Amino acid sequence: MARKHVPEEPSGGFGFETRMIHAGAQPEPVTGARNTPIYQTTSYVFHDTDHAASLFNLQTFGFIYSRLTNPTVAALEERVANLEGGRGATCCASGHSAQILALFPLMEPGDEVVASTRLYGGSITQFGKTFKKFGWQAIFADFDDPENVRKAITPKCKAIFCESLANPGGVISDIEALAEIADEAGVPLIVDNTLATPYLCRPIEWGADIVVYSMTKFLSGNGTSVGGAVVDSGAFDWTRNDKFPSLSEPEPAYHGLRFVETFGDMAYTMHSHAVGLRDLGPTLAPMNAFLTMNGIETLALRMQRHCDNTQRVAEWLSQHPMVDWVFYAGLPDNPYKGLQEKYLPKGAGAVFTFGVKGGYEAGLRVVESVDLFSHLANIGDVRSLILHPASTTHRQLTDEQRQAAGAGDEVVRVSIGLETVDDLIADLDQALHKAAGEVDRAAE
Amino acid sequence: MPEAAAETRHDDYPNAYLLGILNGVRTIAMVGASPNWNRPSYFAMKYLQAKGYRVIPVNPRAAGTEILGEPCYASLKDIPDRFDMVDIFRASDAAGGIVDEAIGIAGDKGIRVIWMQLGVRDDAAARRAEDAGLQVVMNRCPKIEFGRLNAELSWGGFNSKVISSKRRRVSLS
Ligand SMILES: Cc1ncc(COP(=O)(O)O)c(C=O)c1O
Repeated sequence: MARKHVPEEPSGGFGFETRMIHAGAQPEPVTGARNTPIYQTTSYVFHDTDHAASLFNLQTFGFIYSRLTNPTVAALEERVANLEGGRGATCCASGHSAQILALFPLMEPGDEVVASTRLYGGSITQFGKTFKKFGWQAIFADFDDPENVRKAITPKCKAIFCESLANPGGVISDIEALAEIADEAGVPLIVDNTLATPYLCRPIEWGADIVVYSMTKFLSGNGTSVGGAVVDSGAFDWTRNDKFPSLSEPEPAYHGLRFVETFGDMAYTMHSHAVGLRDLGPTLAPMNAFLTMNGIETLALRMQRHCDNTQRVAEWLSQHPMVDWVFYAGLPDNPYKGLQEKYLPKGAGAVFTFGVKGGYEAGLRVVESVDLFSHLANIGDVRSLILHPASTTHRQLTDEQRQAAGAGDEVVRVSIGLETVDDLIADLDQALHKAAGEVDRAAE
Repeated sequence: MPEAAAETRHDDYPNAYLLGILNGVRTIAMVGASPNWNRPSYFAMKYLQAKGYRVIPVNPRAAGTEILGEPCYASLKDIPDRFDMVDIFRASDAAGGIVDEAIGIAGDKGIRVIWMQLGVRDDAAARRAEDAGLQVVMNRCPKIEFGRLNAELSWGGFNSKVISSKRRRVSLS
């Protein structure tokens, strides 16, 4: 059964650019403040004891304490949910906490999540090592052939997890095929859409059930704020089997309330706030929510320029004599070009890798020789960034895992920013020449 | 306005249609209201009361008792007062009978709207109600729609689908 379902019109017919500016941000009614205020407060006054009881029992909408909900964070949540075409969103302190929150309503000790070997290195470590402490087992599979995913699913599997556009490999997941496999197995497909953003790809439209973000990257956009988000499509029926008792069965901490019965298609997002944020506690600070909302207001403009600049830099690098290979899904010979045209037709994003002639040493020299690029461990900034994954972000992995993740010895990762593209090309050119010179000298 | 009602698309109600109902209605008969505080109907009743609606519970098993301060009746026709809307908190296969009962007493009681809860849908019954001049909403929750259209749903991180630069008026409740 093909599952491409275009969700119900996410916002009354308004276009993406209108929604990235207005969704979640009606004027504040008391003062008329046009920009969303930063509600720098921990807690909220009750009208009376009955109002307090209604709030604690989840019988009315409202704010109790900012670990669970905060008006500035809620405005951002609505904006992200709207752009993604989801029912609701839960924002949190980081992309990594979003991954824990996303799985939390689904997993019990002993349960499994089938995850791609191409996940961001930090996610491989989180899934493979830290989740074990919760009794959650990550089963890694090569998602290039979706049949591998089908084979990895056991009765204990509660979710399938991949990145739409993987960091740093530029690998693209066949979301539609994976959604079909997840549907047959009766489990949700969770897609990390960090590198694509809803401007380039909306996984829910291809059948994904849950989308997670590191908002640290392109959504905030200026490298100001660490943050994460979990977006629920609202389309998964948590009562279709007995795999998800946290959502379908009575919740002891709320006097036997059943989330699905009480909140319908809002159950997952309600649970993520009322139980997930309440008990795990990775709350997003209101200031960071504000900065991220400001970032999203220019998302379409930024992402298109990111893609255009990146395409130019990748094409130029692929002709460079000191470069062995360039791996960017926007290049015509890239194996993921077909999937890029299907899932990310506006562009292949801003992050890619290339192999420098001269291996590990040459890779190190390049990142030390740039002047305009910033040598740091992040992606998705207006500034151009560069990194040698093998010696930094992917250091904790085994050689085999590094290769699978596209982070071998000679690999340099760049995240192309919004500077004048000719300046970026000039900077990489001088760094590559410097690196080649030093490697040659060392060989003499 | 039967003509307009007959054209209602029951998969996708315009915001203005739902707002028109929620702003026009004052008294709601809730069929299937539960006296049990952790049931969804109790949540909805309590919320709607807090927003200024009078909600009259209908539930044969709780008839003669009070739910949230309101006397509970066994059926719609037992309600002595007039009411604007019937909110059906029952399974879909029970909805048709309730709709027919409501149509029969609509003129007498002043019923203008039939609202079927989230998960409750009966298209044939909806057509009968519309033919009788009633407005119909199916598979929605008035609590959720009230919250959505008044920006309260947004407080929980939900996509209200409302885009507007109008400043809402704050009522002193
Ligand atoms: C694809 C992807 N997912 C998740 C994360 C983790 O996000 P955070 O650093 O905000 O915790 C990152 C961070 O680099 C990432 O690139």
